[in-house]
Amino acid sequence: MSRAGGTWVGARVPRNEDARLLTGRAQFVEDVEPPGALHVAFVRSDLPVGRLRGLDVESARAHPGVHAVFTADDLGPLLRPGAVLVPPPPLDGLVFHARTALPLVRDRIRHQGEALAMIVAESRYVAEDAAQLVEADIAPLDPVVDLGRALDDDAPRIHDDLPSNLAAHVRQTKGNYAAARARADLVLERRLSYDRGIGGAIENRAVVAEWDARADRLEVWDTTQAPIPVRNVVAAALGLSESQVRFIAPFVGGGFGPKIMFYAEEILVPWASIQLGRPVKWVEDRYENFFATTQERGQLHEAEIAVTREGRILGVRDIFIHDSGAYDPYGLTIPINTQCTLLGPYRVPNYESEFRVAFTNKPIVTPVRGAGRQHGVFIMERLLDLAARGLGLDPVEIRRRNVIGSDEFPYNHEIMYQDFAPLRYDSGSYEATLEEAVRLVAHETFPRERERTQADGRAVGVGVVNYVEGTGIGPYEGARITVEPGGTVRLATGVGTQGQGHFTSFAQIVADAIGVKPSDVRVVTGDTSDFHWGTGTFASRGAVVAGNAIHAAALSVREKILKQAAEALEVDPDDLELAEGTARVRGAPDLSVDLGALAVNANPLRGAVEPGTEPGLEATSYFGPPYGTTANGTHALVVAVDPETAMVEILRYIVVHDCGTVINPTIVEGQIHGGVAAGIGNAFYEELVFDEFGGTSNASFMDYLLPTSTDVPPIETAHLETPSTLNPLGTKGVGEGGAIPVAAAFAQAVEDALADIAPGLEVLDIPCSPGRLFELLRKLREASTQAGETA
Amino acid sequence: MKPPPFDYVAAATLDEVLEALADTSLEARPLAGGQSLVPMLNFRLAAPERLVDLNGIDELSRIEETEDGGLLLGAMTRHSALECDPRIARRAPLLAEAAPFIAHPQIRSRGTVGGSVAHADPAAELPAVLLTLGARVRIARRSRNGESGSRVERTLDLGDFFLGPFFSALEPDELLTAIDVPPSAPGEGTAFDEVARRRGDYALAGVAARVRLDSRGVCDGAAISLVNGGSTPCLMKEAAQTLVGEKPTPEAIEAAAAACAETSEPAADMHASEAYRRHLIRVLTARVVSHAADRART
Repeated sequence: MSRAGGTWVGARVPRNEDARLLTGRAQFVEDVEPPGALHVAFVRSDLPVGRLRGLDVESARAHPGVHAVFTADDLGPLLRPGAVLVPPPPLDGLVFHARTALPLVRDRIRHQGEALAMIVAESRYVAEDAAQLVEADIAPLDPVVDLGRALDDDAPRIHDDLPSNLAAHVRQTKGNYAAARARADLVLERRLSYDRGIGGAIENRAVVAEWDARADRLEVWDTTQAPIPVRNVVAAALGLSESQVRFIAPFVGGGFGPKIMFYAEEILVPWASIQLGRPVKWVEDRYENFFATTQERGQLHEAEIAVTREGRILGVRDIFIHDSGAYDPYGLTIPINTQCTLLGPYRVPNYESEFRVAFTNKPIVTPVRGAGRQHGVFIMERLLDLAARGLGLDPVEIRRRNVIGSDEFPYNHEIMYQDFAPLRYDSGSYEATLEEAVRLVAHETFPRERERTQADGRAVGVGVVNYVEGTGIGPYEGARITVEPGGTVRLATGVGTQGQGHFTSFAQIVADAIGVKPSDVRVVTGDTSDFHWGTGTFASRGAVVAGNAIHAAALSVREKILKQAAEALEVDPDDLELAEGTARVRGAPDLSVDLGALAVNANPLRGAVEPGTEPGLEATSYFGPPYGTTANGTHALVVAVDPETAMVEILRYIVVHDCGTVINPTIVEGQIHGGVAAGIGNAFYEELVFDEFGGTSNASFMDYLLPTSTDVPPIETAHLETPSTLNPLGTKGVGEGGAIPVAAAFAQAVEDALADIAPGLEVLDIPCSPGRLFELLRKLREASTQAGETA
Repeated sequence: MKPPPFDYVAAATLDEVLEALADTSLEARPLAGGQSLVPMLNFRLAAPERLVDLNGIDELSRIEETEDGGLLLGAMTRHSALECDPRIARRAPLLAEAAPFIAHPQIRSRGTVGGSVAHADPAAELPAVLLTLGARVRIARRSRNGESGSRVERTLDLGDFFLGPFFSALEPDELLTAIDVPPSAPGEGTAFDEVARRRGDYALAGVAARVRLDSRGVCDGAAISLVNGGSTPCLMKEAAQTLVGEKPTPEAIEAAAAACAETSEPAADMHASEAYRRHLIRVLTARVVSHAADRART
C-alpha cells in the first residue's frame, strides 16, 4: 500500500490557522456587517403542535425601525416544502415517506420553534421588540411526544396525508437468526434506549446576504458545512444561475453535523435581501438553536444476543424505533448507521435488524457527530457485557473471542450501508487496539484494585469497549492547487471548515508532494467563487475524500513543476527533487530553480506556447472512493462512583484508535478529545427535556448540561496506523470515533464499580444521569429487600 | 435574546439610587452584578422600565471587620472577595468555603452578595450560608411622604427576609445595602458542601452547618440550612435542635441528617426527583455536620 509518508504527513505541525483564531482575527459570519445591513428576528411558535388560524403582524409592521414583516402569504413560489437532502438507499422492501417543512408555517405547526414570521428591522433589538407584537392565533392539537407510542394506532397523526406516523420501515438480515438462536447456549434480550441531544456548537447558525443589483449577483455568508450544495439549492429556489450566487462559509465555530442540513433561513435571508435591496443579517441565538437547528437522535431498542457457552456470537436481533422529529429531510442516514455500526468489529454470522422511523412533535433529527453509530455500538457492547456476565466471562475476554482477525480483511458484513454500498471493512486492527487499551488501563490487575474502595468512599470501576466508524464516504470532493509567482502555493477545495485543522493537514499533504513548507500553502475552503464542485464536510470524510483529491492535484502539479524545471535546468526530470520551495538536481543542490520563477515561466505574457499547453503550475483533481473506509478503536476508562450520591467521576480515559495514515497527530488528538467530550456529554450530562406537549423545558446552557473543561478528564491516546486500501493516502476518518463508544464504556465501568455494592445493576438507558442511576440503585435495593423478605 | 428597552441610571451615590427607586410609578430594578438579572432581561422574563446601576457606588462594596468580632459586607461585595479576602477567611470561614461553589470565576468576579440575597433564590448558596451564620440585612429607602429625614433605614433578621421563591421582604423602593455577619463563638465549627451536576452548576442539593461544642464536647448550639431544600432559603431548626445536648456521634449526626431530610421540602425538577434531592440532603447533612463538628473540636 502506498503511503504519502514524507517530511510533513505524520508530523505534529503547528496549526496554520491558530494565529488567526487565537488572536481574534479569524472571520466568522457574525463578524460580517455590510454597511446598511438590516437584521432579522424570527417569530417562532412556542406551541409545539397546532393549527395556525391567524397571524396579526400589523403592529409589528408599524413598529418604528421595522422594514418588513414576512409571513407564509408573502413568499409566493418560495412557499414549498424543502428538499430531501439524502434519499434513502435502494433496499428491498423499503418504506420511506419524505415530509419536509415549509420555510414559514402556513397552517400546521409540528414542532416548537417553527417559524411563523420573519421580521427585518434596523437592529436585532428592534426586530425582537417587534416580534413580541405579533399575535398568533393557534388552535392546539394533540401532540405526539413519547416515541414509544408514536406509532400506536390511536396516536394523533402529524402528517394528515399519511395513514400513521410511520416515516420509514427498513429490515436487513444476514444468515438465519432464528436458527442460530435455537442452537444457542445463552440468549439475552433487553430493552435499551439512547436519548436525544443537541450538536451544541459554540457558534450558532448565521446567514448574511447581500444582493448586488448592479452586478446581478448574490453574495451569502453562511455557517454551513456544505456551501456548494446549499448555494445550488438557493440559486435554484431564487431563480438565479449558480454562477450568480457566491456562498462563503468562513471560519465556522463548530459544525458537528447540524450545519450540513439545509435550512429555510438560508433561502429566506437572501430572498429578503433581494426584496428589500439591502444587506440582511440573521444570527441564530442560543434559545432558537434548541428548536430551529436539528438535533440528535432518540432511539428505543429491543435487542437480543445469542451466544455459545464459550461466548461466541451466534447472532443478534435488534428491533428499534428511531425518532425523526416532525420531518425527515435527511433520509435514513442515522438509523442505517445504527443498524450497520451495531455489528462493529465482531463476527456476527446471523443478524436480523429492523427499524421503524417515527414522526414526533419534536425538533427535526439529522446527523450529529456519530450520527446514530453510538446507538449501534451501545446496543452491541451492552449485549456483550451482559452475555459475559451471564457466562462468567471477563468483558474483555468475550470481545477477544469475537473480534474480526487482521487476516480477515476485506470483511463483508453482507448488509447495505448508508453510502448505498455493501457494508465492507477495507482494513482494521481490532485485536491490536483492544490489547493495547487493555494494557494501558492495566485491566488484568484492575479487579484487585476495585476491591479496595477508595479512601473517600467511592468505588472505582473500569470499562473497555470497541467500535468501528464508517468514514470517508463518497461521492467525491475536488481540489485545485496553484503555485503562485511569489512561490507560495494556493489550495482551494470545496469543503467547509469548522475547526478541523484543514488549513494545516491539507497543507501538509501539498507540502510533501511539492517540497514546500506547510506554512507556505495558503488554503481556501468553503468559498464557491474559489471552488464550486463538491459536497461538504460531514461523515468524517474531509481527510479521506478531500485529502486524496488534494493529494492527486498535488501530484499533478508536481509533474508540471518537474517538466518545467527540467526544461529550465536542461536536465532529465528524473534527476530532480523538489525541496525547500525549489526544484533542484539531486546531489547538486546549487543547480536549482524557485517554484515561483517556474510559475512565472508557466504563464508567459508574449511569445508562443506549444499547442495544448495549459498555463500556470496548476492542477485540479477529484477523488471519489468506491465505498467508505472503516476506522476502528478501543476506549477504556476508569470511573469513581460515589454510591451514596450516585455521582460519577471519570478518573482516566484512554483511546487507542486506528484511522489509517495519521496526517497530523495533534489534530487527530484534537478530534478525539472533542469527540470524547461529546460522548461524555451524551453518556452522563446532556438530555433534552420535553414537556407533555413537546416543548423543550431546558433550552439554555444553564439547564442543558454540556460537559465543560472541569468535567472532561485528560485523555490518553495511542495511534495505530493500518492504512486504508481504498485511497492513495491510506487515510480514514476520525471525526466521530471519539464520541461513538463513550456511553457504552461508561455504562460498563459504572456497573463494574458497583459490582459489589449493587450486583445486578444494568445501565441500559442513556443518558445515565446521577438521578437515573439513583433510581436504578433504589430499585435494586427495593428488589433485594423484597427478595430477602420472601426468602 | 436581546433585552426590551429600558431606562438606565448610573447612580453615583446611595441617595441617587434611593431617589431613582422612590418613583414607584416606574418599575425599577437595581443592577448589581447582573448575573441573574441580565439573563432574565435577555430572555425577556423581566422587563423593568428602569435599571439603577449600583456599580459606581464605593460605599456599597466595603468590607469591615466589626468591633464585636463580626463582619459587615456591603451589598456590592463580589463573590470573588468572599473567596479571596483574608478578612472573610478570618471572620467567617464558612463564606470563604462556600464561595468557590458559586458558579464560575467569571460570574464570581461580577456577582454580588447583596444581589444574591435580594434575588432570594432557594438554589443559591449564599442565602443558606448567611442564614446558618445568623446574618442580618440592612435596608434603606428614601423617606416617603410625611416621613422625617431624607432616608429611612431598617435591619431585618435574614430568617425573616425570605418570603418565597424569588420573593423577599424588600419593598419596591427599598435597597439592600449591607449584611451583618455576627461573630463566631468559641468552640464553633462550620462546613459547607453540595452536589452539583457540573462544577459551578446550581446544586442539586447543598448543606451549610454550624456546630458549637462545649468543653465536654457536647453540642450546645447548631444551625443547618439547605440549598435547594425548599421553596425558600431556610434554616432547618428542628433538625439542628436534635443535635443540641448530644455529643456529635455518628448516630446523633445520622439522626439529625434524617430529620433534616424528612422536614425539608425539596422540589422535583428536570435535574433531580424529590426523592433524590431528599436523599442527597440526608447524605450531605451527615457529611457536613460531621465535618463542622470535627472543626469545632480542634
